[in-house]
Amino acid sequence: MITDFEILETMKMFNEQHLDIRTITMGISLMDCAASSIEESCDKIYNKICKYAGNLVATGEAISKKYGVPIIHKRISVTPISIVAAACGAKDYTPFAKALDRAAKTCGVNFVGGFSAMVQKGYTNSDKILLDSIPSALAETEFVCSSVNLASTRTGINMDAVRDMGVIIKRTAEATKDNDALGCAKLVVFANAPEDNPFMAGAFLGVGEPECVINVGISGPGVVKHALETVKGADLGVVAETIKKAAFKITRVGELVAREASQRLGVPFGIIDLSLAPTPAVGDSVARLLEEFGLEECGTWGTTAALAMLNDAVKKGGTMASSFVGGLSGAFIPVSEDEGMIAAARSGGLKLEKLEAMTCVCSVGLDMIAIPGSTTAETISGIIADEMALGTFNNKTTAVRIIPVPGKDVGDEVEFGGLLGMAPIMAVNNASCAEFIHRGGRIPAPIHSMRN
Amino acid sequence: MAGGKNTAVISVLGKDKTGIIAKVSTLLAENKININDISQTILDDIFTMIMLVDLKDHKIEESDIVEKLNKLGEELGVTITIQHTDLFDKMHRI
Repeated sequence: MITDFEILETMKMFNEQHLDIRTITMGISLMDCAASSIEESCDKIYNKICKYAGNLVATGEAISKKYGVPIIHKRISVTPISIVAAACGAKDYTPFAKALDRAAKTCGVNFVGGFSAMVQKGYTNSDKILLDSIPSALAETEFVCSSVNLASTRTGINMDAVRDMGVIIKRTAEATKDNDALGCAKLVVFANAPEDNPFMAGAFLGVGEPECVINVGISGPGVVKHALETVKGADLGVVAETIKKAAFKITRVGELVAREASQRLGVPFGIIDLSLAPTPAVGDSVARLLEEFGLEECGTWGTTAALAMLNDAVKKGGTMASSFVGGLSGAFIPVSEDEGMIAAARSGGLKLEKLEAMTCVCSVGLDMIAIPGSTTAETISGIIADEMALGTFNNKTTAVRIIPVPGKDVGDEVEFGGLLGMAPIMAVNNASCAEFIHRGGRIPAPIHSMRN
Repeated sequence: MAGGKNTAVISVLGKDKTGIIAKVSTLLAENKININDISQTILDDIFTMIMLVDLKDHKIEESDIVEKLNKLGEELGVTITIQHTDLFDKMHRI
C-alpha cells in the first residue's frame, strides 16, 4: 500500500519541481530507404517515418493522461543520412532534410535527428556531401537536427573534419543569421557519440540498432535540488545518497513510460537516458542544483567537483532503477537552456574555460553557447578540437554545440525562444590556433584504446 | 504493466470548504468508479484528500474522467488529479 506521504511527494515532484519525461524518441532505421535516385529515396524515407511514427504523438499523450506525467517531447531519430543517401548520386542532400522535415510535420513531432555523418576516422564521398549540405539543410527546414561524430577513443580524432566543421558552423550561422544563427542550435559535433541517444540535437539511430526502437529521456534537476534542500549542511556522503534516491525515482517513471510506450506501439524498448536536462524555467536548472551544494554561483571553485559527484550519483541511482540505461546519461549543462547558467554567464562568473573543465565530468559538452559572430572558423575548430580531445582521451562522450551569432559581440544577448532559451554572448580567447588547425590529419587514438 | 490491477489515486489539494468529498464522490459514482479507500488531512494549511479508486474496465486515457475532474476542481477551487497506481508502485517500491 502506497502511503499518503509518498503520494504527496510524487505530486509535488510533478507540480512544483518540474519532473517530466523530457522525450519519447522513436528510432527508425532508414537502411532500406536507399535508392538510385534522390526523389525515390526521399519518398521512401517520408513514407517509412509516417508509417512507423504516425501514432507516436497520440500514444505519448495517452500515457501522459493515464499517469498524470508530463511528456514534453515526442521525437524521431533516424539512421545517419550520409549512409542512406550514399547510393543516390546526388551532390546536395538538402532534399533529404526536407523529406525529414515533412515527415516530422505530418507526425506532429517537434524534432527529427539524423542528418548526420560518422567521420571519426575519415570521410566517405557521401559524408563530404552531407557536411557540405548542413548549412542549407538547417536553413531550409524547421525540425531537422544534424550531428557529426568527429572522434572516438578507438579511432582518435579526425582533425580534417574538425577543421571543416569550424567552417560549416560559420556557414550555418550565416545561412540562418536572420534568426540569430538558430541553425547552429540544431547542429552538434561529437566525440564517442552514443547511437541510442534520445536527446536533440544529437539523436540519430546507429547502425547496430534495431529496425525501430523506443528510447526515453528523463529530466528532473528540480527534483534533485529539492531533495538536497532537505539535507542542508549534511556531509557529502549524505548528499550523494540523497541524489541517488531522487534519481532512482525519476528513472522509474521513465522506465514505466518507456515500457508502456513500447508495448502500445509494438516497438521494442531500447534505453532510458538518465540525463538531468534543464529548461529555462525557474526551478528546472542544473546550475541552481549545483549551487545547492553550497556554491555562491555556478562556475566558481568547487563547481567541477560538485558536478562530478552529481553526475555519478545520478548514474548510480538510475542504473538501479532500470537495467537498460544508455544515451548520454548524466547532467546536461547547456548555457542558454538553463536559467542559473544564463545568470552565471551574464554576471561573468561562468566562463567558457570553466565550462570546458565541467565537461570533463558530465555527460555532454560545450552546449548551447553563444559566442561573437566575429570568431574565426579556426578558433571554433580549436574549441572543438579541445573538446574532442577530452572525450577521446577520457573515454567518454563530449560534444560541442556552439553558436557564433553574426553581428553580435560580448555584452549582447541572443534569444532563441522556447526550450532553447536565451544566452549572453560569451568571450572567446582569440589568440590564433590557425596553424595547428590547418595541419589536418588525424590525432592518433590514445594508448588505452588498445583493449583487445 | 506492473501490478496488473486497474486502480488509480485521485488527489484533491486546495483550500478546505464544505462538500468537497461529497461532490467528488458523486462524480465518481456517476462514472461507475468505486472508491476503495479515502483519507483526508490538513497538511501545511492545505486540504489534502487522497482516494484510492477501482477503475475496473475504465481506462483513464480513453475516458473523459480527467476533464470532468478538472472541471469539478475549477468549480471547487481545488486541484484534482487522477493517476494510475502503477506510477506510485514503480516509483516507491523496488
